[in-house]
Amino acid sequence: MPAIEDSGVVVLGWWVSMFTTRVRIALAEKGISYEYIEEDIPNKSPLLLKHNPIYKKVPVLIHKGKPICESLIIVQYIHETWKEGYPLLPSDPFLKSQAAFWADYIDKHIYQVVKLTWDSKGEEMQKRVEEFLGYLKVLERELGEKPYFNGESFGFVDMALICYYSHIIGFGKIGNFSVEKDTPKLFAWATQCMKRESVSMTLADPNKIYELLIEIRKKNGLED
Amino acid sequence: MGKDDVKLMTMWASPFCMRVKVALAEKEIAYEEIQENDLLTCKSDLLLKSNPVHKQVPVLFHDDKPICESTNIITYLDEAFPAKPLFPECAYGRSRARFWADYIDCKVHPAGRAIWSTKEKDEVEAAKNNFLEIMKYLAGTLGDKDYFNGDKFGFVDILLIGLTTWFPAYEKYGDFKLEDHYPKLAAWITRSWARETVSESLTSPEKITNLVIMLRKMHGLE
Repeated sequence: MPAIEDSGVVVLGWWVSMFTTRVRIALAEKGISYEYIEEDIPNKSPLLLKHNPIYKKVPVLIHKGKPICESLIIVQYIHETWKEGYPLLPSDPFLKSQAAFWADYIDKHIYQVVKLTWDSKGEEMQKRVEEFLGYLKVLERELGEKPYFNGESFGFVDMALICYYSHIIGFGKIGNFSVEKDTPKLFAWATQCMKRESVSMTLADPNKIYELLIEIRKKNGLED
Repeated sequence: MGKDDVKLMTMWASPFCMRVKVALAEKEIAYEEIQENDLLTCKSDLLLKSNPVHKQVPVLFHDDKPICESTNIITYLDEAFPAKPLFPECAYGRSRARFWADYIDCKVHPAGRAIWSTKEKDEVEAAKNNFLEIMKYLAGTLGDKDYFNGDKFGFVDILLIGLTTWFPAYEKYGDFKLEDHYPKLAAWITRSWARETVSESLTSPEKITNLVIMLRKMHGLE
């Protein structure tokens, strides 16, 4: 009997993972059908361990039996394989390089929101909130007056950042800051992004993310 | 300034600058090199203006437009100058090349630095073992091929080869020889260095090792 992963497109993911969300947004923008398999983290499936033996992490896209790992690499693969439909990346090499630069910046600096919510409190938390807001403000300046980071249309950098939004909202409640008040342009941008079905149908419920963050913080002794 | 005016801002010890120089040589793209000599105390106005976010070399200027981050620069060069491609043709091959590029960028240089930046014996030993564990996966993906890219020297080869100028320093302070653990990987280093594009673009490992000795003295480790 053929293995499930040999037929078409399969995504191994986890509802909490912003990187899984990123890939699912890209697939939705392209109108690509796929089989979604929810991993029971931390009990990782043999399928995940087989197809991502080095990092053992979601998301993994399996296309005709071949695995592609790392979400930004997956999005680029989708862009290069399914050339019709919505363009996920600019065609101009310079604009593409700028998109790649900012996506990399986002993963270097915004990803820390995950660690910040899991392992800090009090004064240390506040110091790191300030640093985190600094990175959001850099992104806000890069956005400028454009509706999207990609210009007039939703693109690679928008996809790279919006997938963090539920976590940023949850972190805001814990770290006592507000995207709406502290980075109003980013708030407007995120509101715009969420009108897209690919985002609204895929982004994790911010309340569920917040509840999970509180649960983890309680386990780590950071909440009463 | 005419069309395809290419400049590269570099610093001699940076393996990330070296890899861009190899890529430019492999693609036979003429360029002007602008050397930053003092990154520790005084970065030039041009660097601060063209890379305001990270303030780091390398920076490539193509018709005065700056592109930053070495892996990003090399990807850009391969698209803007399609002759002599560095990437595999098919989308899956490209995704594998990007995967190993990301692995190399995240792991190799920091792991190597951990070996020489301490004098505690158990920390050095742990750092050495971590470095060798990282090399294990690279040796595994190289396998019996001449190059990571297959028969042709390509993207992943270019990204890793610049970092190998620092390997003799890691071996000196970690007290190991890479060829004892991964002979095929060591053979790949020798094979790659035999290419003129590589030997003329990379700083000599002796010069890098002398820099590491100086840095250790500065931090009271020698």
